[in-house]
Amino acid sequence: MAATTFRVWRGDKGKGAFTEYRTDITEGMVVLDAMHQIQAESAGDLAVRWNCKAGKCGSCSAEINGQPRLMCMTRMDELPANEPVTLEPMRAFPHVRDLVTDVSWNYEVKKKIRKFTPRAPDAPDGSWRMAQEDVDRVQEFRKCIECFLCQDVCHVLRDHHKHDEFIGPRFFVYTAALEMHPLDTGDRLRDLKEDQAIGYCNITKCCTKVCPEHITITDNAIIPLKERVVDEFYDPVVKLVRLIRGKKSS
Amino acid sequence: MAEYERVEHDVLVIGAGGAGLRAAIEAAAAGARVGLVCKSLLGKAHTVMAEGGAAAAMGNVDDRDNWRVHFADTMRGGQYMNNWRMAELHAKEAPDRIHELEAWGALFDRTPDGRILQRNFGGHRYPRLAHVGDRTGLEMIRTLQDHAIHLAIDVHMEVTVVQLLKDGDRVAGALAYDREKGRFRLFSSGAVVLATGGIGRAFSVTSNSWEYTGDGHALAYSTGAELVDMEFVQFHPTGMVWPPSVKGILVTEGVRGEGGVLRNSLGKRFMFDDIPDNYRPQTADTEEEGWRYVTGDKAARRPPELLTRDHVARCIQREVREGRGSPHGGVFLDIAWIKERIPNAADHIRKKLPSMYHQFMQLANIDITTTPMEVGPTTHYIMGGIRVDGDSQMSTVPGLFAAGECAAGLHGANRLGGNSLSDLLVFGRRAGEYAARFAAERGVAQPPVSEADAAVARALEPFERSGSPEAPYAIQHELQRMMQDLVGIVRQEDEMKRALDGVRQLRRRAGQVGVTGNREYNPGWHTALDLDNLLTISEAIALAAIERRESRGGHFRDDHPDKDPQYAKFNIVIRRGADGSMQLERRPIPSLPAELAAIVEEQKS
Ligand SMILES: Cc1cc2nc3c(=O)[nH]c(=O)nc-3n(C[C@H](O)[C@H](O)[C@H](O)COP(=O)(O)OP(=O)(O)OC[C@H]3O[C@@H](n4cnc5c(N)ncnc54)[C@H](O)[C@@H]3O)c2cc1C
Ligand code: SF4
Ligand code: SF4
Ligand code: FES
Repeated sequence: MAATTFRVWRGDKGKGAFTEYRTDITEGMVVLDAMHQIQAESAGDLAVRWNCKAGKCGSCSAEINGQPRLMCMTRMDELPANEPVTLEPMRAFPHVRDLVTDVSWNYEVKKKIRKFTPRAPDAPDGSWRMAQEDVDRVQEFRKCIECFLCQDVCHVLRDHHKHDEFIGPRFFVYTAALEMHPLDTGDRLRDLKEDQAIGYCNITKCCTKVCPEHITITDNAIIPLKERVVDEFYDPVVKLVRLIRGKKSS
Repeated sequence: MAEYERVEHDVLVIGAGGAGLRAAIEAAAAGARVGLVCKSLLGKAHTVMAEGGAAAAMGNVDDRDNWRVHFADTMRGGQYMNNWRMAELHAKEAPDRIHELEAWGALFDRTPDGRILQRNFGGHRYPRLAHVGDRTGLEMIRTLQDHAIHLAIDVHMEVTVVQLLKDGDRVAGALAYDREKGRFRLFSSGAVVLATGGIGRAFSVTSNSWEYTGDGHALAYSTGAELVDMEFVQFHPTGMVWPPSVKGILVTEGVRGEGGVLRNSLGKRFMFDDIPDNYRPQTADTEEEGWRYVTGDKAARRPPELLTRDHVARCIQREVREGRGSPHGGVFLDIAWIKERIPNAADHIRKKLPSMYHQFMQLANIDITTTPMEVGPTTHYIMGGIRVDGDSQMSTVPGLFAAGECAAGLHGANRLGGNSLSDLLVFGRRAGEYAARFAAERGVAQPPVSEADAAVARALEPFERSGSPEAPYAIQHELQRMMQDLVGIVRQEDEMKRALDGVRQLRRRAGQVGVTGNREYNPGWHTALDLDNLLTISEAIALAAIERRESRGGHFRDDHPDKDPQYAKFNIVIRRGADGSMQLERRPIPSLPAELAAIVEEQKS
């Protein structure tokens, strides 16, 4: 394949401009390979965050031709040929340098979510019995590689900057995994409603569309959580039943 | 005095993969104030990539399994070069460590009666690997991470340690820089745990990420700790070979555990032609028996595709060299064929091997449910590393502990798949416990400021040479190619001597390396600083590999293709001499206590 032009956002702390680079593309190359090649050829200090180069760690998130994607899983031959490729950092987080953003907000949010609290073990050796079908549902959520692309694309964060009030799709997935965990006894519904503003989500499904792990974020995580919140706080019958039974919804 | 931020912890854990996280959790539980440092973001360490599973003799799938069998399997796989105390502790404690993960929220795949499901893997006699599809490492690291964030652990993300500092003979802390700003941070601590992972980036074809530059190995060595078994590098038999940009990315052994078979260009299952004698009693004679084994027939023996990794890798290499390879220089790994045996094979494959399905679809345009993959050996793991005490994980430097891939001993000459994830848990926990104890007894040490200043000055040198023609990436690539060609899967004395010369030349050039730009998130600078570590461990690997004039486990010599009983008696230990040169010593292996020797004997049949 021939040389391709890349327009790469370069700069610090939000200030910057596109710089053009040309590099040769060979069969099977992904965008991250091209960035490495540019580093080795002409821009040794081009800042790129990456780690596994196999779509497993969620480090290399960026906006490729305006789309939030993993650089290591975007093949050059999926992009329009003979057109420059545009690379920008994720826009929903503070900029650090070039393609790198400060995603530490996500780590702070996670700390505030009530932790996993299992019921007493089922067997004397301290282990539990769970059916695969109950585990399956949660395993979908646990595929998350914390790339934060869903956070990047969600308008509540990206356009409305509600980082102080709203936890974003990644952490609805995380909370759903805890709430639907067969062993968990915690209750996070009040937090979801009051401190995490699940109500801001208007189910645009943009998050689901960009998830590289194909987690059905909206249908399988957010909507069921919203339903539980409604049941808990707005449906007196369900609430009464639960009070009597003394347990959370499962 | 140079400028740096000063931080104090009772226990400083360097590395936040499975081993580092588990160590930090244990130390925090013991009441220590813990600092956890990692080069990348939390949750991104190499452990996240592990696919197949974690080995623990729980006996959920086959109740004949127990710690004795696991112990014997580990020793046999390691060709008895292992630290037997570690092999014993590992086999005994792994089940508890797995159950503990479940108590912290991990969700492993289940057996029909609701217990943790276990899968077959090379060298393990019974199905033993707890797993989650083919993303076990992600489940493990996320469970540990999510547990750790609720404990008293300060996490320093995207911070790289460049030097360990001593106070007298004990370790006293470390000097590090943060990626974002390029500022220095000086850690004082009562104890340090190294959990920095491996060295794969010393080779050009590897399944390892950029982080694997042997930092922990080199940091420990420079501080006076001993390294051991550095000649034993594991080349995993199945990495991707095509397209070029993904060459080396791992194809999990789980593919073979689920029934995948290896064929050459003639369509032959060549692994049946070369079964080592000590494995013959446990290996299937026919394809039919092999299939019965992978589908759970307890009377059947395993197919030869599930022999140990060193052996399978060399058989693949031989097929390719003798002209029976696949179009891009590998062999064929076929899982699609199971459609001849089971209904809904395509769904079954996607369910059992989702990331592999995804990886080949996305990176190579290959649907593994219909088409065989092309695979070949890739640098995967180092058995060698920091020499530690089996119980406490302390190195030969007081207060310096090591766990996980950067420590040595458990795996001997060859690691069995799945034994690393359990290693991280068992010995991460032990390192954390003993480090906390050491720190409590001895108190926080104070690293000498002069040493820290000197380390800062050295780290900044590449900026003073910004006009230099020596670029860090070029030197790194040259080193990788050289190690791959000359100290790779098949080794020879004269080639390795050339590699040693090459390392010395590259070291001179690395001393001239210049970088451009400023200190903020500058990968050129980071690469320049990693070079020193890569060169140190490359030299150690080559030196040890020259000294071992036989073939054993991961170490194969074309000029000495057989095992030599003389060499079964010692490990090769590497240490920095008083003059700063690398010194090597043959250290006798202590004999097995009678009880463990009896287990090895009883499990031989
Ligand atoms: C693709 C792949 C699949 C695998 N599958 C399996 C499997 O199925 N089963 C199995 O048992 N094993 C498997 N392994 C091996 C296993 O994953 C690794 O050996 C193991 O995860 C290493 O864990 P660790 O905790 O020692 O180090 P890692 O998880 O690699 O963590 C190292 C940590 O050290 C940090 N670090 C390194 N240098 C520095 C420094 N200078 N300063 C600060 N921090 C530093 C890094 O940032 C990182 O946080 C696999 C390996 C690969 C590559
Ligand atoms: S569905 Fe909700 S969470 Fe997802 S992007 Fe839209 S508003 Fe955000
Ligand atoms: S849910 Fe999907 S898009 Fe969001 S962080 Fe996880 S893997 Fe990334
Ligand atoms: S580098 Fe790990 S997901 Fe891209």
